[in-house]
Amino acid sequence: MCERRNRLTYEKDNGDGVTTSELFRAEGLAKSYPGVRANDNVSFSVAPGEIHALLGENGAGKSTLVKMIYGLVRPDQGRMSLGGQPHAPADPRAARASGVGMVFQHFSLFDALTVAENIALGMDAPPPRADLSRRITEVSAAYGLPLNPARRVASLSAGERQRVEIVRCLLGNPRLLIMDEPTSVLTPQEAEILFATLRQLAAQGTAILYISHKLDEIRSHCDCATILRQGRVVGTVNPAQHSARELAAMMVGAEMRLVDRSGRQAGEVVLTAAGLTSAAGLEGTALKDVGFQVRAGEILGIGGVAGNGQEELIAALSGETTGRPGTVALDGRDLSAEGPEARRRAGLLAAPEDRLGHAAVPDMSLTENAILTGATRQGLQKHGVIDHRAARSFAEKIIAAFDVRTPGPGTAAGALSGGNLQKYVIGREILQEPRALVVNQPTWGVDAGAAAAIRQALLDLAGRGAAVVVISQDLDELLELSDRFAALNNGVLSAPVPTEGLTLEQVGLMLGGAHGMEVAHVAA
Amino acid sequence: MMEWTTLLLLLSAATPILFAALGEAVAERSGVLNLGVEGMMITGALAGFAAAHATGSPMVGFVAGALAGAALSLIFAVLTQYLLTNQVATGLALTMFGLGLTAMFGKPYEGVKAPSMPGGPLGINWVIWLGLILVPVIWLVLNRTRPGLILRGVGENHEAAHALGYKVRGVRMAAIAIGGALAGIGGAYVSIATVLQWTEGMTAGAGWIALAIVVFAGWSPWGVLAGAWLFGGVTVLQLRLQAAGVAVPVQLLSMAPYLATIIVLVIISARHKYAGGGGTAPGSLGRPFHALR
Amino acid sequence: MLRLEPRTRAPWWLGVVSPVMAVVATMLAGGLLFALMGFDPVASIRTIFWDPLFGPAAGYSRPQLLVKAGPLILIASGLAIGFRAGIWNIGAEGQYIIGGICGAAVALAAYPSEGFWIFPAMVLAGAAGGWAWGMIPAILRNRTGASEILVSLMLVYVAQRVAAWMAFGPMRNPEGFGMPGSRNLQQYPAASNPELIAGTGIHWGVVAAVVAVFATWFLMSRHIRGFRIRVAGLAPRAARFAGVRPETLVAFCLGLSGALAGMAGLFEVAGPGGQITDSFGSGYGFTAIIVAFLGRLHPVGILLAGLLMALTYIGGELAQLMLSLPAATVQVFQGMLLFFLLAFDTLTRYRLRWGTAR
Repeated sequence: MCERRNRLTYEKDNGDGVTTSELFRAEGLAKSYPGVRANDNVSFSVAPGEIHALLGENGAGKSTLVKMIYGLVRPDQGRMSLGGQPHAPADPRAARASGVGMVFQHFSLFDALTVAENIALGMDAPPPRADLSRRITEVSAAYGLPLNPARRVASLSAGERQRVEIVRCLLGNPRLLIMDEPTSVLTPQEAEILFATLRQLAAQGTAILYISHKLDEIRSHCDCATILRQGRVVGTVNPAQHSARELAAMMVGAEMRLVDRSGRQAGEVVLTAAGLTSAAGLEGTALKDVGFQVRAGEILGIGGVAGNGQEELIAALSGETTGRPGTVALDGRDLSAEGPEARRRAGLLAAPEDRLGHAAVPDMSLTENAILTGATRQGLQKHGVIDHRAARSFAEKIIAAFDVRTPGPGTAAGALSGGNLQKYVIGREILQEPRALVVNQPTWGVDAGAAAAIRQALLDLAGRGAAVVVISQDLDELLELSDRFAALNNGVLSAPVPTEGLTLEQVGLMLGGAHGMEVAHVAA
Repeated sequence: MMEWTTLLLLLSAATPILFAALGEAVAERSGVLNLGVEGMMITGALAGFAAAHATGSPMVGFVAGALAGAALSLIFAVLTQYLLTNQVATGLALTMFGLGLTAMFGKPYEGVKAPSMPGGPLGINWVIWLGLILVPVIWLVLNRTRPGLILRGVGENHEAAHALGYKVRGVRMAAIAIGGALAGIGGAYVSIATVLQWTEGMTAGAGWIALAIVVFAGWSPWGVLAGAWLFGGVTVLQLRLQAAGVAVPVQLLSMAPYLATIIVLVIISARHKYAGGGGTAPGSLGRPFHALR
Repeated sequence: MLRLEPRTRAPWWLGVVSPVMAVVATMLAGGLLFALMGFDPVASIRTIFWDPLFGPAAGYSRPQLLVKAGPLILIASGLAIGFRAGIWNIGAEGQYIIGGICGAAVALAAYPSEGFWIFPAMVLAGAAGGWAWGMIPAILRNRTGASEILVSLMLVYVAQRVAAWMAFGPMRNPEGFGMPGSRNLQQYPAASNPELIAGTGIHWGVVAAVVAVFATWFLMSRHIRGFRIRVAGLAPRAARFAGVRPETLVAFCLGLSGALAGMAGLFEVAGPGGQITDSFGSGYGFTAIIVAFLGRLHPVGILLAGLLMALTYIGGELAQLMLSLPAATVQVFQGMLLFFLLAFDTLTRYRLRWGTAR
């Protein structure tokens, strides 16, 4: 079925005299949550030394599946086996003891603790402090992932934090290593270094279960791919033998909708940012002299790995943080000292990345969430008194125009699925007909259908003559939407270049390459 | 010998706050903000006094104080860890409940004298010694042992600790109980060793001062010791000034510990805010943990 | 095993049922406590919760209900706004004391002149005093990040000592034969806050409490400012995104709740209390915290909760008189009530389910 790139004759006697080339097997796994069938009859197997991809959209059930393997979630039905033995870990400790290691998507690290302390917490019987530090240095050097055991994790970059997680797993000598969307925080070059490490591990016989929705990296690096859709396995294939388009079709279940970019013409300069400098937010990066101009009818794409100043940039543009005079202007009017309300009145609107708790209040109804940013521009308040009827009808208008699936405007925002809430949040800003709109990660964690609708709505808004800034980690999305592209790296924004003819590799270089991590891997 | 007695007074005045703040530091390091210190202290003060009076042994009194403080803290622990109630409101409720309970059951002990405390080496009683020894012990446990590392991990990032398979709730229950026991000993010290009798509400805000000391200390046992001595010093100075008959009304002099708390809190908070510090507070402090899925 | 599952939206009736369940549970637990102490549980509970309203001495105790409920409701209305926004003013007791002292200072300075302006000026001074005392933690939090919880609470102890100093020093009644305590304002018509309708217990403070309930209801459910306060409590980042400056919010909430607590103190010193003594603070500021929670931070809920809490005060006194229950019974009741309330509130946020945890 699947062909291994690092062909290994790694066979194991399982005690019954039967040799098997199989390390891990799942049979008929099922798991339900109230209202959701996260996994349904999932079966697949992984061989030693194989890099096996789990491919699927957000919400396809990949995370639930690996949590069952790692002992964080117990399956409702089905069986697992590891190395021929039944595998039913009661907790992650038991999973680790039987040889399963996991690197989480959102790092499970402790900021205030040192690298060595973080690693000790991930081991069940860590050696004494001095020994542990020595082993960390040894192992990290052997796999080209240099680390200083005494450093505090808070001071590490995203790539370095991931190394901590990987080294933590490697010290436990795992037979099966699970990696949950590991490249989502890495630049393309950093990802290459990670793959070199993974191949080295696979060559030594470690099986790797690799979760991703990025088709290209799976095609070029994985031996085998199990594709999940709505909690079910829809196929196990050799990804190298299929085109990205075929894989995407299996993943989504239909041909991807293409967006219509036609009918736009750049007009006069609408939004100007110049010399934006700000202090770093939580876990973020300070902006350093960021400047750009966006014209009417134009979409500027700003790419970069999260944590490089994206949060700070949208805060500076939305008015959550105010700046020195002359840093933000709309149609020539200086808005630098104005707060979010005044900027909205002027026509500069924003939609931050985090839907739950930033762009919307989960515990409030959709009607109340319409008041959140629409109060002034939509006339939902007069002399401070709220007009609930007007607010409700504005909410209904958003729901109808953006096909938000919900029982009604009285539903709590937190009760909506990610894609529906995102459509609501973006719709709320677009329907206010902004002069300029800034969005951060507009389709993060959203299913393909909703993502296409949101992208089209942004294109249409630009088509009506608004200036649009899209900040995103999804480079494909930026290349699809934007007229010009700029990279935000460590708080510095590169000069925007036309998107036409730009390749992913060029974009990767603009994103700052691998932050000097190539040097690190030479040692391996 | 004036200096030596002053030093003794200072050590003695610092001891209740030292115990309570050490306990709270342990609880907060595990990510729990328990504002019920005052309630646990006053409960320890009454239980300790009653037991010491009944048995004639101050030692039994301190054990009883610790048990009572821990028992009361378990109400807070169950509510916040199992029923996921708001930690600020629950801590306040604990303080009100402790003050009420002791006012109710303390009536028979009013006007009764405590059994006398035995002295110790250098004329310093053994509870003061215990407090002083606890400082390095707690520091060592927190920073050099595995249980201490797990406790700090849980307090720093409870989701990550859970993902690694640690029992967040269990660790926090234990930390809250330790905090309660130490607050109870601190309270018992007030009634048995400082005031030598029981009066309603006698801890007079010491629990709240202990909470401020934990912030001042940057959540470190050594910092707690420094903070407790600072307040011991302020208290002794204030008493000395009263005794010397300074021309300032007694009521205004007795404000000193509270004003000093505010001043210290302001200086420390400002330093965290402007020096880019502030990273010393445990990452999950005060946040409820609910293991979903 | 029993486990909790978050609700996306609680049915509206749970918000009403959970405080009622908490009150019932408190009565049961209280009865158990009384039985353990050797009192008749049924008689004790009846004396506390029934007799003040319908018992033989109800004629005396009914007006007391409004006298005690007035300050509780006035203070709790202000506190609830801050609690909604996640701003914890724990020092209302101190703001109450300082408000009382400032109001009394105006009266004592004017003594013995008569003038219609004296009482209104006292009200303003009381509100201003409470506002200023509340602004101390607000300014310190905004400027330095110091916890408003600890600062406002420390200021309670400071205020208590200021009151003691006033009673023994600057405000001591020159005609009081050396006894501590100020002149009794009840005997100074221009400055007194009398019972407005005989036999009802209604004084200006009760009127102010009712006005406060309506005003805070309008603010929180009809005004954009109240909307933003609610947003700030539920999702602080969303509030900043909507245009709320956290500093303004801290100052508004602490200032407003301080001013209301200060007014409550003034009405007390000019009315039922009569004078500044060294024990002027009587715990209203702390009990109001329970009232705010019991009323689920809703103005109408606070109105009802204030009346109930006033009932336990009067019932407690009655039980002390009739059954010689300890005076601190009420405090224990209040603490228990808050525990039960917090526990039952869990049911509004989570659903109870049987089954394994994962």
